[in-house]
Amino acid sequence: MTDAFIYDHVRTPRGKGKADGSLHEVTAVRLAETTLRAIQKRNNLDVTSVDDVVLGCVDPVGEASGDIARSAAIAAGYGESVPGIQINRFCASGLDAVAFGAAQVMAGQKDMVIGGGVEAMSRIGMGASGMMPAVDPSVAIPSYFSPQGVAADLIATKYGFSRDDVDAYAVESHKRAAMAWNEGRFGKSVVPVKDINGLTILGKDETIRPNTDMQSLGGLKASFAMMGEQGGFNAVAIQGHPEVETITHVHHAGNSSGIVDGASAVLVGNKIAGRKAGLKPRARIRGFASLGSDLALVLTGPVDVTEKLLKRTGMTIKDIDLIEINEAFSAVVLRYLQAFDLDPNKVNVNGGAIAMGHPLGATGAMILGTVIDELERRDLSTGLVTLCVAHGMGTAMIVERV
Amino acid sequence: MKLTHFRFETDADGIATLTWDMPGRSMNVITQEVMAELGTVVDHVVATEAIKGCVITSGKDAFSGGADLTMLQGMGMEYMKLVKSKGEEPAMQFFLEASSSLSKLYRKLETCGKPFAAAVHGTCLGGAFELALSCHYRVLSDNDKTRVGLPEIKVGLFPGAGGTQRVARLMQTGDALQMLFKGEQIKPAAAKSMNLAHAVAPREKIVETAKEWIRAGGSAKAPWDIEGFKNPSNKVHSPAGMMIWPPANAIYRRETQDNYPAAKAILQACYEGLQLPMDLALRVESRYFAHILRTPEAAAMIRSLFMSKGELEKGARRPAKVPPLKIKRVGIVGAGFMGAGIAYVSAQAGLNVVLVDRDQEAADKGKAYSHKLMTDQVMKGRAKTADRDALLARIHATPDYNALKGCDIVIEAVFEDRAVKAEVIKKVQAAIGRRTIFASNTSTLPISSLAENFERQSQFIGIHFFSPVEKMMLVEIIMGKRTGDRALATALDFVRAIRKTPIVVNDCRGFFANRCVLNYIREGHLMLAEGVPAAMIENMAKKAGMPVGPLSLNDEVALDLGWKILQATKKDLGPEAIDAKQEALLKTMVVDLERFGRKNGKGFYDYAPTGKKLWPGLKDLQPTKLNADTLDKQELVDRLLVVQALEAARTVEEKVITDVREADVGAILGFGFAPYTGGPLSYIDRMGTKAFVAQCEKLAAKHGDRFKPNKLLRAMARKSETFYGRFNPYKSAA
Repeated sequence: MTDAFIYDHVRTPRGKGKADGSLHEVTAVRLAETTLRAIQKRNNLDVTSVDDVVLGCVDPVGEASGDIARSAAIAAGYGESVPGIQINRFCASGLDAVAFGAAQVMAGQKDMVIGGGVEAMSRIGMGASGMMPAVDPSVAIPSYFSPQGVAADLIATKYGFSRDDVDAYAVESHKRAAMAWNEGRFGKSVVPVKDINGLTILGKDETIRPNTDMQSLGGLKASFAMMGEQGGFNAVAIQGHPEVETITHVHHAGNSSGIVDGASAVLVGNKIAGRKAGLKPRARIRGFASLGSDLALVLTGPVDVTEKLLKRTGMTIKDIDLIEINEAFSAVVLRYLQAFDLDPNKVNVNGGAIAMGHPLGATGAMILGTVIDELERRDLSTGLVTLCVAHGMGTAMIVERV
Repeated sequence: MKLTHFRFETDADGIATLTWDMPGRSMNVITQEVMAELGTVVDHVVATEAIKGCVITSGKDAFSGGADLTMLQGMGMEYMKLVKSKGEEPAMQFFLEASSSLSKLYRKLETCGKPFAAAVHGTCLGGAFELALSCHYRVLSDNDKTRVGLPEIKVGLFPGAGGTQRVARLMQTGDALQMLFKGEQIKPAAAKSMNLAHAVAPREKIVETAKEWIRAGGSAKAPWDIEGFKNPSNKVHSPAGMMIWPPANAIYRRETQDNYPAAKAILQACYEGLQLPMDLALRVESRYFAHILRTPEAAAMIRSLFMSKGELEKGARRPAKVPPLKIKRVGIVGAGFMGAGIAYVSAQAGLNVVLVDRDQEAADKGKAYSHKLMTDQVMKGRAKTADRDALLARIHATPDYNALKGCDIVIEAVFEDRAVKAEVIKKVQAAIGRRTIFASNTSTLPISSLAENFERQSQFIGIHFFSPVEKMMLVEIIMGKRTGDRALATALDFVRAIRKTPIVVNDCRGFFANRCVLNYIREGHLMLAEGVPAAMIENMAKKAGMPVGPLSLNDEVALDLGWKILQATKKDLGPEAIDAKQEALLKTMVVDLERFGRKNGKGFYDYAPTGKKLWPGLKDLQPTKLNADTLDKQELVDRLLVVQALEAARTVEEKVITDVREADVGAILGFGFAPYTGGPLSYIDRMGTKAFVAQCEKLAAKHGDRFKPNKLLRAMARKSETFYGRFNPYKSAA
């Protein structure tokens, strides 16, 4: 099997996903174009060598419709020869896009690909493309469907995370993200989003609140209590996990991932393609996996998929130096730490989506980049990236520096 | 046009009136012949130029109760034959055609091009209301007897003749789903406000109102057949739909534990149908209807909750040779919670009640209960103040036993104590006439021994009510050793008068219902002792289809009562008759901790004004704590049902139950045994006695002898017999 190497990766800063967010004036295709242009420019890449652009996008409707990967490549000046494909595995789409491209490189069918993602959440509302699995009874009922917030609260209840636990984790996320920016740890990979005149619209993640503390979070009301009770979802969650008597609602906007705009791109290729382009590989993709997990918990896929991937790669959790697990909700990370009895100082060391936001389709490739940068900075070898996924799935990837 | 089941007349304005009036029947019912004639009428109306439109009404006191469920059974039998002769697919094709024929007929009427109106008085339910829904105009009489609705869900079916699609196009999707899930009978005014009817008029004016609508040029097009029609909740896949469907799916699961395929089919038929034009939507509905008709849940529920229940209510167990009695006056001794409830339901049924207690104050207190219940009804708009006054006037509360003279039946509901009861029996005996039947509402004391206090033991019987009397539909009639036919007939006539469902059981400890219930509760206790998380016991019981978990149920009936029963059983039958682990648990709860249940605010649950929560201390009573993630959930469900079904099978072997229908109906109505199963014996039959015995043996090996199958079951398993086969209730015991 051919090895797939990561040669470069970039991301846009993440803009607040509301009408007053800095990236609200920027189209989805423009966000994706920004990262593709940066990949080309930074590497002086002959784009005709790119066999495919794979972009994750969870709500590919309206301005993100019609295969935004091909559109972004055209807009970025990649020319007619570069095809694109848009994929969707909800929150893991960005990582799956890299895996999708890498798999074809490993299979010897492509030499150089770009994987990444884009989500302009301030412009295309979350859920704009619908959510059939929640609507069609033949799917929703056997799926124990409940909104993710209720599922996150079920995780907290089942595994014993209190409101203080989840809030404390959120405080830490902001603290770490602020520190990472202060120390310039994202400097290698964040490319500013600029206007047509070359003026910067946004150069830095804009949802970090370094002053977040237990007190400020403590004032927030749990978001999913009413929905869980009146919508019948608490009962569904309990039917999935009948040892639970009542759901304790602990999650709110402050300890859940933020809604933001952003895009990411990762350049992947085989050894020869890299050499031809005059590039030095930064990491090798050791393996990746996806799976379906407990449907009622929805968001515990990272635990299961990590186990699956470690088994596939013949590794143990001790072989992993740094981990990025998407901070969809505090309880997702806390459960992950609990399941593997991990040292918190190895996980999400530069903060995560609670502080910086989660542009659904783009995040996977963003945090892949984050872990590579940090491995390099600390001169460590192996990193694991994983995300929980709607409808009870998980995706993970292990990379090692070369 | 020759019609048998209808009359057809056309007036001078060219408006036809089709009067549904089946000969030799008190109630119109949809049969093959009715369908054929209705089809002919539609053709005739279309073909006759002089006819402008047609009003459908009934010649009887009610419109119609709907389709003949035996017609459905006939289709099922034909299907089975075809499977054998032609194979699965042609058989299913036939079955789909046959089961969708009513839907197609209604659609033919709806699209025939001439206006049809329904003028409805009295009950109009199920397939009959679906007929009305397919008419272009509906007028209901403002009469108190008029009720419309689609109650199919209650017997495991759903409205399959256009009901789901038309209702979902008449009102908001959420309201439509709720109506279809609940299957309630709806009063005229409510029906109109729900958009189910166009007008409400006095009974004598309904036909004229309908005719007036036709004369005024009433449209022969249903709203959904007019171009540009929009569903009331708009598109299914839309932001509005996201507010409706995910909670609808969740609430379905919350309410049914996913045990009721018909309810799920309603969701699915509406979900798919609302995305389609009417003709295709009806086809989709028909496909689900055919599927649901073939589910074991529908078969079991139709049998127990419709057929058997109806038969028992109509006196299936009544000795035919005793002439029918018209119960007029009933005596009740003991005006406590049970006696007061019995007084209320009796007075509500129009009977005169003599309510006796030791002094006037106690008797009045019992009567006050009726006042309270009726006041609640008045507040809810379900009764008028005059109704309350009339009902109260029928209850004579007194400490005077002599007032019992002239009662057809006297029921004692005094404290469960032999001496107290014996004294009351003597006092009543002294006051009543020689022909009065005496009934004891005991729940624990054997009837035969209580009867010994009564001179005419053949006139002594048990009538066991369930609490709260006004809500619980089951009454257990207990035959003592010497109870005679007239006592039984009187008891049954009384139960019929108060519109409850009777089962007749032979005397034994716990009778029928409580025996099963005690097994259920004990299984919960033992699971707790084993280390199953308490919430899991309760939740798996609900998953099994029980209305409340065993721990919660025990809290309701009181733990100290359970403890007392256990000690009495131990005393009477020896220590091996009870389970030591259960005894230890109850001893800790009752004797050591004084946790008696809801009555003292602490049992397996803690009770606070804000609600109840499982007592956290239960964990400390569990030496082992089992891991919820690795526990076999299905086994927990199986245990909770098997332990009850097995007890029901024992009552059959012991001839406590002599009619299998009574075990099934009694279990569902008496303690809510998983209705989708059709009752404990139907549950065994569906599994097959062989499989059930194997299941019992597996559970016995793992969990103890209480799961050992009895002799009868083992014999039946050897011959692969079913309860409804071996004890066929329709084959007279020759």
